[in-house]
Amino acid sequence: MTEDLIRSLIAKCSATIKAHAEELTALDQAIGDGDHGLNMARGFTAVAAAVDDIAVLPFGEALNKAGTTLIMKVGGASGPLYGSLLMGMGKCVTDVPRGSQAVAAMLQAGIDAVKARGKSDAGAKTMLDVLIPVQQAIDAGRGIAEVRRTADAALTATKDMRATKGRAAFLGERSIGHLDPGARSSALLVQAVCDLLEGK
Amino acid sequence: MNDKVSIVIVSHSADVAKGTADMVRQMVGDDVRVAFCGGNPDGGLGTDVAAIMAAIESVYSPKGVAVLVDLGGAETNSEVAIEMLPDGRGANVQICNAPVVEGAVMAATEAASGASLEAVRKTAEDF
Repeated sequence: MTEDLIRSLIAKCSATIKAHAEELTALDQAIGDGDHGLNMARGFTAVAAAVDDIAVLPFGEALNKAGTTLIMKVGGASGPLYGSLLMGMGKCVTDVPRGSQAVAAMLQAGIDAVKARGKSDAGAKTMLDVLIPVQQAIDAGRGIAEVRRTADAALTATKDMRATKGRAAFLGERSIGHLDPGARSSALLVQAVCDLLEGK
Repeated sequence: MNDKVSIVIVSHSADVAKGTADMVRQMVGDDVRVAFCGGNPDGGLGTDVAAIMAAIESVYSPKGVAVLVDLGGAETNSEVAIEMLPDGRGANVQICNAPVVEGAVMAATEAASGASLEAVRKTAEDF
C-alpha cells in the first residue's frame, strides 16, 4: 500500500514539475538566474527514474532517498532546499502519517530543515512563504479545498514581497511585482499532492 | 604539500572555474593545491554536489581547504558537499564569503605562506 502511494506521489509530482518547467524558468528569468524549471525538472526526472528503488522503502526512508536524489541531481540551490524539505520530513516519520496533526508535524520538520539550509524564514519571498501557511492550515485541521486555497493565496502574496534571499535579493525593490519561482514550485507540489488525495 | 591550505573553486560555469584556477596557478605556481569544478550534473550551467565533493577530496589536507563560490546555488551546494564529506573532514573545510576570482587569488597567495585556514579565509574575505 505504501509502495503504491510512493509511486503515485513520485509520478504526480514529477509530471507536475515537468509540465510547468517552462513557466518556472520564465518566472526565474524575471528575478533569478533562470534555471529553476530546468533544475527542478532534472531533479524530479532523476527521482522518477529511481522510483523502483525508492518505492520499496518505508515511507520515511523513501522521503529521505528522494531528497538525497534531488540534492545530487538538481544542480542549483533548489536541490539542497527541496532535498532538505524531504529529508527533514523523512526524519520525522517512519510510516505514512495518519491525520492532519501528524502530517502537519512532518511538514513542520521539513520546513525547519529548509529554514536552516537556506538561512531564511517567512517573508523573504521564497518557497517558505507557501509552505508555512500550508502547514498552518493543515495543523488547524482545514480540509483539502482550504489547503489548496491557502497555497494559491500564499503564492499570490509573494508577488508584492521584496526578496531578501537568493539571486532575487540583488534586485531589491525590483523583485516586487513578480511571483517567486520557488513559491510557485512549492504551490504546484502542494496542489499535486492534493490532486492525489482527491483521486484526481 | 599537505602542510598548506588547499583551494577549491566552484562556479556555475566550468569555463569560469577553470579560468580562475589557471589564474591562481600563475600567481602561486604549484605551492598550493588547487581544484575546481563547474557545471550541473548534465554539464550545463550550475553546480554539482558530487563534483564539489570530488574536488575537495582531490586536494584535501588536514591543514584545511578554502572553497570559493560564485552565485547562491554554488554556496548552498558547497555547504551540502562539505557536510557529506566522510570522516569528519568537513570540519577542515570552509567557504569564503568573497568574489570567486579575486577571493581565490588572495586565498591562494595567503595559503602559499603556510597560513592557517582561518587566516586564508579572512584574507579572501577582507579583500
